[in-house]
Amino acid sequence: MSATIEDTGAARLGERPAALADLRVVEFGGFAAGPAIGKHMADHGAEVIRVESRLRLDGFRTNYPPYKDDQPGIERAGMFAITNNDKLGVTLNLKSAAGLGLAARLIERADVVIENFTPGTMERLGLSHEVMSARNPGLITVSTCNQGATGPHAQRAGFGTHLTALSGFAHLTGWQDRSPALLWGPFIDYIAVAYGAVAVLAALEMRARTGRGCHVDLSQYETGIQLLAPVMIEHFGTGAVPTRMGNRHPTAAPHGIFPCAGVERWCAISVHDDAEWTRLRAALGGATWAGEESLATAEGRKSAEDDLEGRISEWTRVRERVEVVEILRAANVHVAPVNDMRDVFEDPQLIHRRAFRRLEHPVIGPHSVPGPAFVLPETPDVIASPAFTLGEHNRYVICDLLRVDEDEFASLEAEGALQ
Amino acid sequence: MVQPDAARAVPLEGLLALDLTGELGWLLGKILADLGATVLKIDPPGGDPGRCQPPLLHGPAGSVGAAWVAFNAGKQRTDLDLAVAGDRARLVELAASADFLLESEAPGRLDELGIGWAVLSERNPRLVMTSVTPYGQDGPLAYVPASDLELMASGGAAWLTGDPDRPPVRVSIPQAAAWACANAAVGTLIAHHHRRLTGRGQHVDASSQCGVLPMLVHAPTFWEMARVNPMRAGAFLVGRNVNGARMRNIWPCRDGFVTFAIYGGSAGRLSNRALVEWMAEKGMAPDFLLAIDWDTFEVATMTHREVENMEAAIAPFFLTLTKREFMEQTEARRMLGYVVATAEDIAADPQLKARGVWTDADAPELGRAVRLPVGWFRLAAPLQATQ
Repeated sequence: MSATIEDTGAARLGERPAALADLRVVEFGGFAAGPAIGKHMADHGAEVIRVESRLRLDGFRTNYPPYKDDQPGIERAGMFAITNNDKLGVTLNLKSAAGLGLAARLIERADVVIENFTPGTMERLGLSHEVMSARNPGLITVSTCNQGATGPHAQRAGFGTHLTALSGFAHLTGWQDRSPALLWGPFIDYIAVAYGAVAVLAALEMRARTGRGCHVDLSQYETGIQLLAPVMIEHFGTGAVPTRMGNRHPTAAPHGIFPCAGVERWCAISVHDDAEWTRLRAALGGATWAGEESLATAEGRKSAEDDLEGRISEWTRVRERVEVVEILRAANVHVAPVNDMRDVFEDPQLIHRRAFRRLEHPVIGPHSVPGPAFVLPETPDVIASPAFTLGEHNRYVICDLLRVDEDEFASLEAEGALQ
Repeated sequence: MVQPDAARAVPLEGLLALDLTGELGWLLGKILADLGATVLKIDPPGGDPGRCQPPLLHGPAGSVGAAWVAFNAGKQRTDLDLAVAGDRARLVELAASADFLLESEAPGRLDELGIGWAVLSERNPRLVMTSVTPYGQDGPLAYVPASDLELMASGGAAWLTGDPDRPPVRVSIPQAAAWACANAAVGTLIAHHHRRLTGRGQHVDASSQCGVLPMLVHAPTFWEMARVNPMRAGAFLVGRNVNGARMRNIWPCRDGFVTFAIYGGSAGRLSNRALVEWMAEKGMAPDFLLAIDWDTFEVATMTHREVENMEAAIAPFFLTLTKREFMEQTEARRMLGYVVATAEDIAADPQLKARGVWTDADAPELGRAVRLPVGWFRLAAPLQATQ
């Protein structure tokens, strides 16, 4: 039994129809890997219901700064707020039979289940895709975990930072003469999130053709490897073990990040052919060093790269970042400011693209959530509501959607099924 | 055991995508091809100008870039010269019966050629056209050129990465295009879902700068909520501690590097406890580590000094271990942590082998086979409940 447009939350709230307004999604799990897939769906109008429990809170509510006013609190966590806008929240105690029963009834009425528990957890709860699809043959389940649900390492739990290293990104990041550098946050989770949303949508296409749902076993590790496929193909093909090279490029030079005037102001500059070098040389003011004939070719610039970087730094470090960017953009040379975390809110292009959306959260107050990286002109995203508070939509989900009457709701609460 | 072939499905089989993309958009068509769509890569005469980006692979039939092979595998290919009217007419014909058209030209370029969205959608209102560009179809930077380095910079990812005493660095090999494409694939298939319901396509406009932003995760939120501007910290993790202490996340070991951190939370405490037990077995656990009460241990409130002392005790222990020992023992002891893998480690990983990730596919440009990672869209085999 699929959700229809009439009984989804989007219609209930009187919002305009959106691309995914015909879908109901139920999420189990926490952190980023599952819920950020659900965010893609919610951003485009699906009714996304997150099942939480007071007995086992999402780590993004409890262990992940920043918090509003630096005070930890389950409704004060930024990471939870930016991952769960425009969703409905219900608390169910999955350790109680009644709570499990409600979860099962919810899945019966869902198009999609997204879960990122350790493999085997949904099975243990009796909520496996196999069991639930017998009652709801159109059900699509996407299970996302570190390394996939099968194989010798299926049960290895782990955080995104570690998995990012296992899948090769860290080794390739930083300076060759130093330790690999850490990538910010659970980097690889967000690769698997995009692939996970693609998987949900592909499974919906398959269901539209066959009438049947399916269960997708998404390995975050494997999605990361997809993005490092060039490195692996090179390794298998030549035996090479590629390593980190700072900001350098196999052929382009200069290709680096240069200091500008002030504290921690930087800009990226790269030159991809000889004509671009000629333009850069002119923009630098035609300094004598830059006129050397050996620098006219890519090979020449590459072999003089240390010197070249030093000379360009001398020019950039006495200029404001905005000036460097303006001069080089006017000369049609590849250049960009290294935006810091304040700059990303003030970048004119990101503002134009509405990269961040301001929402009013009842506890956090006004704050920004990320918008999609794409624009759909016919079906714009419908980002409008802040993340739910714990159990905020219990009554809607349990009474309205699952048609539980008030007396039964009260007794479910009393017996702890809604913990 | 896994039966990878049985687990693979082709949900988009029968759908046709015309792929006009250059380097910036390659992965988008690849993702559709992974899902079973027919993807026809349309190159200018003489081939895609990006196909010889190094590092190069060589074979009896010629040489081609590893990235080109990686992100164009599974596509069919043809040449069209879009500078010639006849070939443009041919493209319009093809697009009249296509489901998707993918492109990464500068905004407006296809319009100038008379094969832009307005023309193609008039002939085929069902068409979903996706454009992947550096900054998107409009806005002040729409026509500004950018390579991976500038996108990593303007998207904020470079700011967060690298050693504090050197400039910020890009993240690994070029990733901005790949992240843009993975996100563009989400938009493309959302548009497809809408088309299925309404019969109407649309022009999906993907920005690579915006495609980098998910890498920042909650770093912008630190600025917005706490006026903290997190920045690169080398091998260390920041932002988990109220005193501003940094946690080492990448450690040298005997034959490379491993990743491990002192974490809070229940999983972190178990992991920390398991490490200290392991160190104690080897006689390398100082008394102060043995004395820690892990049940009440909190990372968030540790002082710099406490963190430094713990890390100074752990570092020499890791130096005695090989990556392989670390991997086996962290698994056996249920610790959080992995190796910092090289291509060689990944190629040898038993998990990827068991999952049938590697496949040898013929690369006609090389005249030999290449080994590719495949099968990320995998139907699950039913799992038995585990106790």
